[in-house]
Amino acid sequence: MSPTTEKRGILAFLTRRRGGKRWDITDVITYAYLLVGLIVMFGPVLWLVLSSFKPLAGLYEFPPSFLPYKQESVQVEGYDKPLDLYDVKMPDGSVRRLAQISQVGIGARLIDPKAPQDKPIDVKIEQRTPIRSLYFEWDNYVGAVQKFPFLTYLKNSVIVTIVATLVTLLINSMAAYALSKYQFRGRDVIFLIIISTLMVPISVILIPAFLVIAKVGWTNNLWGLIIPGAATPTGVFLLRQYMLTIPDDLIQSARIDGAGEWRIYAQIILPLAAPALAVLAIFSVMWRWNDFLWPLIVVSKTELFTLQVGLNAFQGELQQQWNYILAMTVLTLLPITIVFAFLEKYITTGIATTGMK
Amino acid sequence: MQAGKPQAPKQPRLSGDILLQPFLWVMSLLDYVLAPLQKLIGYKRMAYFFVLPNLLIFGIFILIPMMLNFYYGFTGGDSILLENRPAVGTANFAQIFACKDFFSPNTCAEDLFWRGVWNTATFVVFQVVFIILFSLITALALNREIRGRSFFRAMFFYPVLLSPVVVALIWKWILQYQNGLLNAFFVSLGMEKVPFLLNANWAQFWVITISIWAQMGFFTLILLAGLQAIPKEMYEAASMDGANKWRTFWNVTLPLLMPTMTVVLVLALIRAVQVFDQVYVLTHGGPGTATLYIVQYIYRTAFEFRNYGLAAAASLVLAIVLLILTIGQLFFQRRREAA
Repeated sequence: MSPTTEKRGILAFLTRRRGGKRWDITDVITYAYLLVGLIVMFGPVLWLVLSSFKPLAGLYEFPPSFLPYKQESVQVEGYDKPLDLYDVKMPDGSVRRLAQISQVGIGARLIDPKAPQDKPIDVKIEQRTPIRSLYFEWDNYVGAVQKFPFLTYLKNSVIVTIVATLVTLLINSMAAYALSKYQFRGRDVIFLIIISTLMVPISVILIPAFLVIAKVGWTNNLWGLIIPGAATPTGVFLLRQYMLTIPDDLIQSARIDGAGEWRIYAQIILPLAAPALAVLAIFSVMWRWNDFLWPLIVVSKTELFTLQVGLNAFQGELQQQWNYILAMTVLTLLPITIVFAFLEKYITTGIATTGMK
Repeated sequence: MQAGKPQAPKQPRLSGDILLQPFLWVMSLLDYVLAPLQKLIGYKRMAYFFVLPNLLIFGIFILIPMMLNFYYGFTGGDSILLENRPAVGTANFAQIFACKDFFSPNTCAEDLFWRGVWNTATFVVFQVVFIILFSLITALALNREIRGRSFFRAMFFYPVLLSPVVVALIWKWILQYQNGLLNAFFVSLGMEKVPFLLNANWAQFWVITISIWAQMGFFTLILLAGLQAIPKEMYEAASMDGANKWRTFWNVTLPLLMPTMTVVLVLALIRAVQVFDQVYVLTHGGPGTATLYIVQYIYRTAFEFRNYGLAAAASLVLAIVLLILTIGQLFFQRRREAA
């Protein structure tokens, strides 16, 4: 095969399209837009992750490097601390690898690490370039976890997220079952009230909701974070709409077989509604994990902070310790990212079909 | 999913449902407690038992607060306890609306509220217009026959999952004055460094941009679903009539997408009006009051200045705005379902 046909083969392979159509200008624009979009949408997160591995010195250099680097250093006889290594451009044009003893203003004094007895060499700082190697500073993570009750916050967030999601699934599906499969007095009124508060955000009822929590005695208590948000109108609505599609004959024949109402709900309705429950479970995890305003109000003791509130407090306290803040931020976004990586299809189709978040 | 004729419940097939199995198992155990209850009250009244937990929580934590909000709005004092609050009639509302000129907050008794209102209005207009524009463009791009579509879709959606605190910190790092990525880019182009979050106009620009970045994927998905629901025959008919791509877009795609667009518009409006947490972490309303929005005004007035009456009055005003938007949404949704 000649090189030209091979080249054409590769090109044809790369530019082949579904349906065998040729490329036109709109395809080029589409891909260009998507690639730029990809950088804009994911670049900031990537930048965060890369930055979180930089040593403190690397974080504050300007202009910043893309990858995390560490300055190479060497132990030289006669000096206590390791000395930083530089490539120095000598007046004769040659380049030597030297260790820096000191830097004053725009001048630097270096020595040859192989011959420390020799006279030090003075150069201008722009004549030297630092020797660096790729380096991931895990100490940022270790330090963040130690300096900051990360594990406590993580524990609180996990408890709130899991318990709240279970409670939400349970009571929302119970309500949805009653509202979709029973005829009873007050049913339509109850449904209407629930639906009408679909759009009442927490921001509108902040003060009285806080009072109720205080009266119940749930300030500085994780139940105060878990319970109020559990009766989601969105969840009831989503599950009810789904359960309406389950045929009533199923329930009737189970009743004839002598099954109790709870048994019908738990063993027939719930498994059949599993796809809708899964969507609600994912949403609930997302809501609870990312919840900020409500925990900010209800909880004031640090040992009860969730990750989001803790992270906010942390960044307020440590204005300049970005190495820890960045590591903490990565740790906070990690769990939800892993969930997304596994359940991406569920989440995206779930939102597209229900239009909720 | 449509269940066929009556039959034994199928085992869920989806792998994600494995998580639900223990949950379902505990549920069936509860039957031993609840079968006697049913004997006692009869199977029809079990419906009340099923709605009870949800209704209880709902009533205590949402309905009662909704009503109490009116009480707070019409009472004064700095106590949160109802019994210590003297009635002040409409004084709180009078204070909010005491303005010589509603368009210049300096002439208002409660100038912070009106700054919040106008900042929110600016935010809403720019955020909603551009979020819809970019979501539509992205949805159109993702609706084409492209390679790696689900990858791109996932990547555009990913920021939606990030918490407001995380989003704010990611961008705070990028927008740093001394060593931020963006300032490095500016300097490499030969421009001056900009203190993005300390300059009122830049701060507003970034707050809007970041909120578009963080929420765009959500609206893109809804619009994409709307695009995919347009029947293929419509496009075939258009191409038979010799319409080019541009005309097809204006005369087929856009009109058929309109119902979805209106739903997206109202949803975006409702969310934009409530902007709070991201901005709270990023700028704390600053510099000065440049990014002070209405929800943060309520939060500050209530929990920092302890003026609960004024905050409640402000939140009632916000509730009315949201109510109007919600009615709008229900109206458009009805129309979409009817179409």
